[in-house]
Amino acid sequence: MSQADFRGAASVAVGDVQLRGNFRRAMDGLMEKRAAQFTDADEEGRLRALGESIRSRSLARLPELLEKLEASCKRNGIQVHWAETTADANQTVMDILKNRGARTLVKGKSMVSEEMELNHFLEAEGIEALESDLGEYIIQLAGEMPSHIVMPVIHRNTGQIAELMEQKIEGAPYTEDADELCQIARKVLREKFYRADAGVSGVNFAVAETGTLCLVENEGNGRMSTTAPRTHIAVMGIEKVVEHLQDVPPLLSLLTRSATGQHITTYFNMISSPRRPGEVDGPEEVHLVLLDNGRSRIVSDPELKATLRCIRCGACMNHCPVYTRVGGHAYQAVIPGPIGKILTPQLQGLDERGDLPFGSTLCNACVEVCPVKIPIVELLLRLRAEANSPTGDSSVKGSGAKRDKTEALLWSGWQRMHASGKLYNSLSRVLAKTGNLAPGFMPPLSGWTATRTKPRFASQTLHQLARKRGVPDE
Amino acid sequence: MPDRIYPSQPESVYFYGTCLVDLFYPDAGMAGIELLKREGLQVIFPQDQSCCGQPAYNSGYREEARAVVRSQLALFSKPIPIIVPSGSCASMMRNRFPDLFEGDPDESKAVALSGRVFELTEFLVHVLEVDLVDLGPPVNVTWHGSCSMQREMGLREEPRQLLQQLNQVQLTPLERERECCGFGGTFSVKLPEISSAMAKDKADDVRRTGAQILISGDCGCMMNIKGTLEQDGAPVTAKHIAQFLWERTHESG
Amino acid sequence: MSEQHRSRIMERLRTGVPPTAPVESDFSVISEKQWPLSERLLRLRQRLESVNGRVHECGRDAWVAELQKLLAGRKLKALMYAPGTEVGDELDESWDRSDSALPALLPALEPDTDIRERVFQAEAAVTGTLGGIADTGSLMLWPTAKEPRLMSLAPPLHIALLDADRIYNTFWEAINQQRWAEDMPTNALLISGPSKTADIEQQLSYGVHGPRELIVLIRS
Repeated sequence: MSQADFRGAASVAVGDVQLRGNFRRAMDGLMEKRAAQFTDADEEGRLRALGESIRSRSLARLPELLEKLEASCKRNGIQVHWAETTADANQTVMDILKNRGARTLVKGKSMVSEEMELNHFLEAEGIEALESDLGEYIIQLAGEMPSHIVMPVIHRNTGQIAELMEQKIEGAPYTEDADELCQIARKVLREKFYRADAGVSGVNFAVAETGTLCLVENEGNGRMSTTAPRTHIAVMGIEKVVEHLQDVPPLLSLLTRSATGQHITTYFNMISSPRRPGEVDGPEEVHLVLLDNGRSRIVSDPELKATLRCIRCGACMNHCPVYTRVGGHAYQAVIPGPIGKILTPQLQGLDERGDLPFGSTLCNACVEVCPVKIPIVELLLRLRAEANSPTGDSSVKGSGAKRDKTEALLWSGWQRMHASGKLYNSLSRVLAKTGNLAPGFMPPLSGWTATRTKPRFASQTLHQLARKRGVPDE
Repeated sequence: MPDRIYPSQPESVYFYGTCLVDLFYPDAGMAGIELLKREGLQVIFPQDQSCCGQPAYNSGYREEARAVVRSQLALFSKPIPIIVPSGSCASMMRNRFPDLFEGDPDESKAVALSGRVFELTEFLVHVLEVDLVDLGPPVNVTWHGSCSMQREMGLREEPRQLLQQLNQVQLTPLERERECCGFGGTFSVKLPEISSAMAKDKADDVRRTGAQILISGDCGCMMNIKGTLEQDGAPVTAKHIAQFLWERTHESG
Repeated sequence: MSEQHRSRIMERLRTGVPPTAPVESDFSVISEKQWPLSERLLRLRQRLESVNGRVHECGRDAWVAELQKLLAGRKLKALMYAPGTEVGDELDESWDRSDSALPALLPALEPDTDIRERVFQAEAAVTGTLGGIADTGSLMLWPTAKEPRLMSLAPPLHIALLDADRIYNTFWEAINQQRWAEDMPTNALLISGPSKTADIEQQLSYGVHGPRELIVLIRS
């Protein structure tokens, strides 16, 4: 497999006028909606502080809370499975399906299942796995990855979706009416909900004290997938646990308001057990698959563990000037945008995705809106240092993998020049005299000069001017 | 970020020129020094100063950054404010020095120094409470606040307040004044395609204001936007806010 | 397999997660959201209507009549309901079975039939609620053996009955006052409007998988 390359993909995407227009419009809309939700800065500040405290508490007590979650689920009749890797998690899902004799399944939206590449895995095993969230359904038809974690098909406009649905769905007419497109999908999926042997969902929050799996959605496909089939399999990253039921409302409020500017989504679905005696619908079996896949390593770093506070609202990408210009696919990662730039390299290793932390201007627009106050910029900086670590001596996977000899030499020269006042003064004078002679067409300056004039060194440095004009030195 | 408690006006201050001002915009640096002197302050410019270490720090070369910063720590030993004509260098010094030296023998020095750092417009507004008298002809300008200035230092209104004191200066805001210009230090050469696209959008925004001058408090952004405007042949110049303020309010003009 | 994974994950977490000072959470930003009943009602109503829910207020004993009025012109064949629940009993008692303009009452459960088959074909269903939430304009539902989960999901029209004096300020207040954590049901739900999506270029469409219409009768 070829190495993922953010710069390469981004430089293509940034030239795609249609794509850029789609994202700009969409992100502008989402930013406006979020802003309308948080007009009271004091309320916003306190709610975010509360959200941060809840998620920090969950992570600080993660081992204990996972045990508690497991015990509560078991008490309620939910079967709990643990998986160290995505391969383990896929196999676990497959084993459950086999045991239940299930051949078809419907899926609610789940980023963890994307991380597992569950659909591909199941397809190879001869299982039909159908996405049922409208956006996910459309990108499944297109054979694409989500380009946004909340709005998976935001990269396509209505015309592009209409064309795709006409091509891929038998008997579907071409229409650019969003309502009609929804009804076409509804008809197909209704049948599937009714017939599917199993439903797969993600989990937004799992409550340790009650053994409750919470799902946030607008469409009702999540409820369908977890209610209509005989078997429900929920997959979640181990970090999603929260301690108390009362921890959920603030997180829910932060999530929906930050994500799409809604007070709340249409449905908030809390599942605490399989069908109980006497009940006539709901799955007979509920399974919870707890996936680690590197999370236990991340949580053991006092600084980087903040990454796992994320509640997947997507506000960081909505507000990111880089994401807005290149879209989600350029990241070549399940989770794009600022959170993806810190999460993906930690899950996959800096050797594989050490390019991502460098793809940021460090502008802090994401940090300003993160509902659980993840210090994304500080973590990007930390991961840059890890990527270029001279020793590679760290718990971060692939630490030191991006260190480049030439660049290291350059910085060591920079250090020598700037750590000595004498050397700096004499070299900076040389630059003032001769710096403008450096050709602009050579890399790395050529990247700059392709669209900008070359910066011009002044004929005298500030040091020289200050001295001449008698500004005291001490 | 918690509201900062500002000291009363001191007798003397240090001036930290920053490497970009030093090499590319020394007039902006001198203007900053003059603005402070006019308020009756003694301004000290340690000649051994070089760089706040941010370029290396942001590139993931922390050892190299630490070595440079360590050399700077020794130069500002008097307990007086350090004034920096850049939001991003000021933020590096104020917000990141303590972390960079955590557990290091020089930690207390780094922490003490960071507490004395002020961005120039912040200091002019909150400590010196300057009153500016505009002496220049009417002009239409726009302001670009850097991301570090706005979001790391929390300085959004200060530069605006200074510019609005100049009664012949019309300040037209950018449409997307909170959005990054795409500079991002080494980002501009490591991911030039995205950086250029962002700079282009910002330059277009500047042109739409109809301003004759783009004013900024950070030379990196200025270089980026100005370079893009120049390449397009746009009739807009760019100036550091220190230089602009000094030129507008300085008698012998 | 799962057992081995569990012990290895737990081992890494136990040795890895650094000890930290206890983290306190201050819920005052939520607990201080308190409105008088009239404002709670107004808020809930406004929030629901802003997401295309329809709200009708009526007297405590007038809701069946109100519902009949609402459905009279709609040409529905049947209205699914849950006999044996409070809502179901009142419907059984007061529904005008002689009026041919009204839909017939269709019990949700029928011996030896799959509820899914019935409910997927139903045009409309009426359910009770556990209460409402002013802050977000939400209905709280705890489906039961008599009133199954799919009733509020599969039919294109969902009608819900809400008592005005059971409108809480916030979700947080409701779960604490009603002590949900002590005994959670199989499925607890918040419903805030009809099913919707904005996945196609952020254009809002209703009824993508769940009900296209939500009518809330608030009785006080």
